[in-house]
Amino acid sequence: MAHISASVYTSHVPAIGAAIDLGKSSEPYWQKVFSGYEFSKRWLKDNKPDVIFLVYNDHATAFSLEMIPTFAIGTAAEFRPADEGWGPRPVPMVTGHPELAAHIAQSVIQDDFDLTIVNRMDVDHGLTVPLSLMCGQPQAWPCPVIPFAVNVVQYPVPSGRRCLNLGRAIRKAVASYDEPLNVQVWGTGGMSHQLQGPRAGLINRDWDQRFLDRLIAEPDALAQVPHIEYVREAGSEGIELVMWLIARGAMSDAPLKVVHRFYHVPASNTAVGHLILENP
Amino acid sequence: MPLDKPYLDIPGTTIFDAEQSRKGYWLNQFCMSLMKAENRARFKAGERVYLDEWSMSEEQKQAVLARDLNWCIRLGGNIYFLAKIGATDGKSFQQMAGSMTGMTEEEYRDMMIAGGRSIEGNRRVGEHGDAQADRQPQGRAGRTGRA
Repeated sequence: MAHISASVYTSHVPAIGAAIDLGKSSEPYWQKVFSGYEFSKRWLKDNKPDVIFLVYNDHATAFSLEMIPTFAIGTAAEFRPADEGWGPRPVPMVTGHPELAAHIAQSVIQDDFDLTIVNRMDVDHGLTVPLSLMCGQPQAWPCPVIPFAVNVVQYPVPSGRRCLNLGRAIRKAVASYDEPLNVQVWGTGGMSHQLQGPRAGLINRDWDQRFLDRLIAEPDALAQVPHIEYVREAGSEGIELVMWLIARGAMSDAPLKVVHRFYHVPASNTAVGHLILENP
Repeated sequence: MPLDKPYLDIPGTTIFDAEQSRKGYWLNQFCMSLMKAENRARFKAGERVYLDEWSMSEEQKQAVLARDLNWCIRLGGNIYFLAKIGATDGKSFQQMAGSMTGMTEEEYRDMMIAGGRSIEGNRRVGEHGDAQADRQPQGRAGRTGRA
């Protein structure tokens, strides 16, 4: 049977992708960000999964206002890096895992989560920046990736409670897949940031650190936090953090091993948070 | 019964909800069109002509021409869509975000390097933080340009 071995959490700031692509990663400003991922790159090499289930949000790239799915699972064989207006990032094509993706869709929908199934979708920085942070600049990504896009652009986004429970349904779905695959679930976005209005540039270190503590130790209590607290305390775009609860829900209810924890301000407008948690 | 909108008392912040999305539909869809290189080129060659192809309000067109992102957001724009205009202009997300504060690019960058904007005084309208309406614009750019 397939199993979930570990989860990775990270911000997915577009400027990080630009810094990597333009060869600026050794500049002191960016070195402070990338230093937090040196361990993670080695860890991923030593703990290479068969499939990454990557929770992220589309930033008005694949989904315009014509269609706004709350949860969308990519079931295609491959996904192109998108042109977000600056030209496509020079990164490898993303290879999917249609069989496992279709299996998860079938199982999770029957557990009352109404996923949108997407067979054609370009993937933006929300998905490719976490891969770059964890893998560097390879010729090909180390394994297939199942993109799982969550609407956090148009309010209301799904609640923390729903995200945690969806993660649990994904855990159950993976456990019922016949092939013995080693699966990692990644939750991306955040941490505190606001990209609009006179309050742009908001950062809330204390709130972010407490979010990390609670994600590790008390996800059920964290999942009760209402949207308004994310928006008020972590900024209008800080609400992306609900996606981390999907990855956390996919992990064991028993205490997890904290393999790595990193926090840094700023990357462009954003607080960068990063965790690696392993199942017991 | 009206919908509950507990987020209306956050200073300097517009939540992109269904109502804003409805108001800004064509503005945002115009932005979306700029993801294609040929559309970026056509827009740059004649902004007004290109905008007139869209069912946007005159005020929305003026806000785009002025590159006033706060104005665009009031009219239903969303920052992830508006970012396509910035990309077309060769601006980074940091330059775009900073432009909404009245700070110069340098002032905004320095604020971020120093740890970002503080939450203190900026949770609710009526407190005394730097994002409150009575403290706008915040920087040198705002004092010389439009409010």
